[in-house]
Amino acid sequence: MLLIKHGRVLDPASNTESALDVLLDGERISKVGENLSAPGAEILDASGLFVAPGFIDLHCHLREPGGELSETIETGTKSAARGGFTAVCCMPNTHPVNDRASVTRGIVERAAATASVRVWPIGAASIGSKGEALAEIAAMKDAGIVAVSDDGKPIATARLMRQVMEYCDGLGLPVIDHCEDASLFAGGAMREGATSIRLGVPGIPSQTESICVGRDVEVASITRARLHIAHMSTRASLAYVRAAKKRGLRVTCEVTPHHFTLTDADVIYDTRFKMNPPLASRSDRDALVEGLADGSVDAIATDHAPHHPASKDVEFDRAPFGIVGFETALALGLDLVHSGALPLMRLVELFTTGPARVLGMERKIASGEPADLTIFSTEHQWIFRASDSPSKSRNSPFDGRTLRGAAMATIVAGKIAFRR
Amino acid sequence: MLQSLSHLLGIEGLTQAEILFILDQAKPFQEFQRNPLKKLAALRGKSVALAFFESSTRTRISFATAAARLGADTMSLQAESSSLKKGESLSDTIRTLEAMRPDGFVIRHGSSGAAAFIAERVDVPVLNAGDGMHEHPTQALLDALTIRDRKGTLEGWNITILGDIIHSRVARSNIHLLSKFGARITLCGPSMWVPHEFEAMAPNVRRTTCIEEALRDADIVMVLRVQTERLHEPALAPEEYVLRYQLTRERLLLARPDALVLHPGPMIRGLEIDPAVADGPQSGVLEQVTNGLAVRMALLYHLIGRAPLDAPHPAKDRSNASD
Repeated sequence: MLLIKHGRVLDPASNTESALDVLLDGERISKVGENLSAPGAEILDASGLFVAPGFIDLHCHLREPGGELSETIETGTKSAARGGFTAVCCMPNTHPVNDRASVTRGIVERAAATASVRVWPIGAASIGSKGEALAEIAAMKDAGIVAVSDDGKPIATARLMRQVMEYCDGLGLPVIDHCEDASLFAGGAMREGATSIRLGVPGIPSQTESICVGRDVEVASITRARLHIAHMSTRASLAYVRAAKKRGLRVTCEVTPHHFTLTDADVIYDTRFKMNPPLASRSDRDALVEGLADGSVDAIATDHAPHHPASKDVEFDRAPFGIVGFETALALGLDLVHSGALPLMRLVELFTTGPARVLGMERKIASGEPADLTIFSTEHQWIFRASDSPSKSRNSPFDGRTLRGAAMATIVAGKIAFRR
Repeated sequence: MLQSLSHLLGIEGLTQAEILFILDQAKPFQEFQRNPLKKLAALRGKSVALAFFESSTRTRISFATAAARLGADTMSLQAESSSLKKGESLSDTIRTLEAMRPDGFVIRHGSSGAAAFIAERVDVPVLNAGDGMHEHPTQALLDALTIRDRKGTLEGWNITILGDIIHSRVARSNIHLLSKFGARITLCGPSMWVPHEFEAMAPNVRRTTCIEEALRDADIVMVLRVQTERLHEPALAPEEYVLRYQLTRERLLLARPDALVLHPGPMIRGLEIDPAVADGPQSGVLEQVTNGLAVRMALLYHLIGRAPLDAPHPAKDRSNASD
């Protein structure tokens, strides 16, 4: 038994914020109340800290199988635990692609043997994510996938999107789309705008994303099925999602910490600032923050995308897209709270009940619930050093940044997965 | 002034004073090119790595000649023989070259930012000889020298740049340089080659797609090479370009009567420029080539030779003559 004492419980599901102790028994929460005591229980002193439901990351790349030089399930989930995540959803663009039950089972087994936090695989929508035939989605669901996506690429055509959505609706799975129009993308390396023009870097217009979001929302109006927009980065995309919600469509979206923190003006040929979608304009960034605050955005997701150091030590236009993100996500979110843009409860919702709802799950602190908790400080000052990370990769634009707030303990199934 | 300049990566970060210092230092080297014996000892014993990851004829020869006339040795890497073709990373290629202990690098590379990338990784000066679509600082400096010679000053001209602006590092470096001297700059070409964002790059930059409007009252007309490889992206027939944007004698009449015509080369006569204009009295094209040598000698001398700023100029100081 583990007793968490003296913390402030923040539970978005019940809109509770109060001084409560939480008693964990095995893999479940057994009791939540004031001044609890449990003889023989291990005590975790959470004085001055907040106790939240376990954080869920809807979007990450653990690179296993096939990309173990950059990350493994073991190293990636260690990094996730340091960031306060108790469950992470890993995208299927591994080698081989997670497009069949045997690959899913392999991931689930490796996670059971090596992971620090829960690993919830996302299956490919099409075989090889090639945008042609449907993957073995039902078999993958039986093996443990929680959603489908061809992430790294958009689901190729509106027709395929319709089929995938309809099929997944019957299976109770959301479809997650990486929205991008390939013809507009056309070899770009950063967001098109004044900075890309000045630097002479091939630009990616923001409409590359929103055209595809618009397409997907229209397809969702045919299917009425669940659609989730991955790593949404522009004002126009957000407008499509807002309008879809207003129409009563089951459309959700996520935003990454780097997109709500940085802008294209921060790019100076540093490959640690290169990801896809690229950093957007200030106006887009401001729109994302508004969306996080007003409820139009459902979740914060990291899009943790490790690349081993040598692969990023190249010319900007040749570098792969993607940055690591688990360990900085919470502090960057807290920056929005400290600046007054977001209430703390709303931030916690974006890491917990928000992503849970996207997956059709619940997340709350109550007796009988899974003992997954994130205990964090809003004030702890620290410097993020990529070289200290258990991740195999170092590609963070926030390396060396002083951060305010951090996960102090991450509890998964009643066990302490990380303690600062 | 130049003490703070350990590399030449672009014009954007230079001050007006630094630019003028380089031009002043280039001046005696300009005259030096007429000497029967074109060799100095100023950089004797130094070696310059000419790393050209993208094919180049004139810039490479210009730098090689500039180094030779200063007495430096050169080690040369060319795209065709590059180990990049064998899969080696830029980082490793540069480390290998650096192990041969050059006293400086001259870099030409197809990726924007490549010169800065290399400067972060080596301990000797790096001169950018063109990086992707970003900058080509020595071209802008030689253009500035040509303008100052022909027009007496660099200050306050109406500059018109014609052609494929978006893909042009020459355009970017010239916009940065000339705007520091109060130029009013007009960019002109087919709309997709002249995005509006250029107007935010420096004060007094405007764009137009109408060549007649662009040429009116121009003091200097810079004609860019039409990169035929770009005509296909999106497809634009060369005839279309000629029809709307070729600098012809008739069109040049719209500019000031004493307007100077510049072209960074290589020039495609009959495409972006009418041969009669290229060879006409208003053309500064061949002076640009000679001035390129002078500017590059000044830069190599100061950056690689690390000469004190008040040292006697090597082209004037007889004790520097090579034996």
